[in-house]
Amino acid sequence: MAQTFIEILRRALDEELARDARVHLLGEDVAAGGAFGVTRGLAQKHGAQRVRNTPISEAAITGLAIGAALGGLRPVLEIMFIDFATLAMDALVNQAAKYRYMSGGQLAVPLVVRTQSGAAGGAAAQHSQSLEAWFIHVPGLVVVAPSSPVEAYGLLKSAIRLGEPVLFIEHKRLYTMREELAEGPADERELPAIGRARIARAGSDLTLIAWSAMTGTALEAAAALAVEGIAAEVIDLRTLLPLDMDTIAASVGRTHRVLIAQEAVTNGGVGAELAARIGAELFDELDAPVERVGCPFAPIPFSPALERALLPGSAALAAAARELLGVPARAGAGGR
Amino acid sequence: MTTPPPEEWQRLYHAMCRIRQFEAQVQRLAAAGEVPGFPHLSTGQEAVAVGVCAHLAAGDLLFTSHRGHGHVLAKGSDAERCMAEILGRDTGLCHGRGGSMHLVDAGTGVLGATGVVAGNLPLAAGAAWAAQALGSGQVSVVFFGDGATGAGVFHETLNLAALWQLPVLFVCENNGYAEFTSREEHSNVQQVSAFAAPYRIGAATVDGNDLPAVHAAAGQAIAALRAGKGPFLLECMTFRLAGHYVGDAQQYRSKEELAAAREKCPIERLGRHLVAQGVAQAELDALAEAARQEIVQAVERARAAPAPDPGTVLEHVYRAAELQAVPG
Repeated sequence: MAQTFIEILRRALDEELARDARVHLLGEDVAAGGAFGVTRGLAQKHGAQRVRNTPISEAAITGLAIGAALGGLRPVLEIMFIDFATLAMDALVNQAAKYRYMSGGQLAVPLVVRTQSGAAGGAAAQHSQSLEAWFIHVPGLVVVAPSSPVEAYGLLKSAIRLGEPVLFIEHKRLYTMREELAEGPADERELPAIGRARIARAGSDLTLIAWSAMTGTALEAAAALAVEGIAAEVIDLRTLLPLDMDTIAASVGRTHRVLIAQEAVTNGGVGAELAARIGAELFDELDAPVERVGCPFAPIPFSPALERALLPGSAALAAAARELLGVPARAGAGGR
Repeated sequence: MTTPPPEEWQRLYHAMCRIRQFEAQVQRLAAAGEVPGFPHLSTGQEAVAVGVCAHLAAGDLLFTSHRGHGHVLAKGSDAERCMAEILGRDTGLCHGRGGSMHLVDAGTGVLGATGVVAGNLPLAAGAAWAAQALGSGQVSVVFFGDGATGAGVFHETLNLAALWQLPVLFVCENNGYAEFTSREEHSNVQQVSAFAAPYRIGAATVDGNDLPAVHAAAGQAIAALRAGKGPFLLECMTFRLAGHYVGDAQQYRSKEELAAAREKCPIERLGRHLVAQGVAQAELDALAEAARQEIVQAVERARAAPAPDPGTVLEHVYRAAELQAVPG
């Protein structure tokens, strides 16, 4: 039976708690299931010592999770919204990211910080941001942003086993997405490698690069373009830091055109880094400048009418793809 | 709490002399331009480091701050490797990637030295949580200055440590200054130990320049931690004889204030106490001289050590080579 993103995340956490006694979950309300129900039932099953509620103290609970990782646990911390990571930046940026380096390799921080981002349903400007770009700027962090329930299952397990500080960014719009997942825990060999992208749809005319919920949007755009005879390849990055330039290079070698789809504002985003790297490393392969589609430079508004007006949708992606290919705009195509 | 035998006091006297000598060398080398960055000295605060660490086993965990040389030495780290780190050498504890503010030594349980004030507090609580969860019997100790009480994370961490009854000892070195700003100017709460009561944490304030007083209070607190009685906040009233950092002209303090502080030197104070107890001054002088010689030799070896190979600059960002493959 198909399960939701939330149910599949819970299953991954449940299996990791059962597999490794060092794995502990902590965060605001997690023993009660968490704000989105991801950890529901896990405290009852694995004990209140391993699935612990914390006070609303993002700075301290993130520092605490780092200290616990140094002390031999494998903590999985939930920061309810990525917007709240602003309160934990010293711990994430100055401490977690730098431990291995500053200690000359003596110590490591095997920590997963699960958090949730993106705009949906009028959560407004302080609960809707896509802040992943801040973190890809920090050496020592790993940033993962899954695009579907099955992807999240494997990537979360891989992140827990990685032994590095991982920011695991879920998207609130994906929480209700359903997928089938085979029974029983996945074999380690079947788990996706952190740092590797995947081709979500093959194509030869242009490469659409996306991550998180925008992967689905990019797939929708690719399906629409296919009707017009345009074969778009969709890369789901999965890991934003480090970037899998090998997969990107192979794709660009086939398509020679790149469109980047992100929900974050384009200014200073992951797409800017991708465009710079593709431009510098794959210049000879390109038949056109790398293009980006993202949010206009504004906070996420509250009113659903305004929220819809801001968010880039598949129509905007398809339009940008046609422009990149020099194909005339489709009659009647509009909206985002 | 049993009183230690006289030899133990002499050992602790020697431990304080080592720290004093070590930091005198840091100051000398910094003045000569041999120390990169901003070294911060704990001169005058040695009794806190030594009195607390006397109760820690090798496996116990310690977190310090930007002013951490004394704590790391008192925990048992090698003086030469500490100095080599401060000088940015490859033989340093962290192979020259940490420096004076970030002395880390996994081998002696020094798990952190953070340059951002108060950032070390939740880490120490987290290590205590790991010890509690794994049943390792370790305790975790974190040193911080009174300036850290201005940070929200100080209060967040006290609350968490109290809620979870973590085996963590918060040691505040209250030297009366947050960098250049006096405690009167940076807080209405003059005694840091007063913050413990609302969170229902045990606390004490002691004269941090009185080694036997620190030793007794820390011994009691750490025994309570080991017995599972939850966290403790130990405030040690002390004085920073050096400035905030090496080179600080200390224009915010009067000559009289500094002169009065020098009179309270914890090393001289313990020396007077031991002489009154019948220990020969010559014996103490010999301990001080032994410490001086050890440190001088350690410094010379550290100075002679090579700098790290520039070709290794990207090592230790990540463990796995495939993650490391991010261009600079």
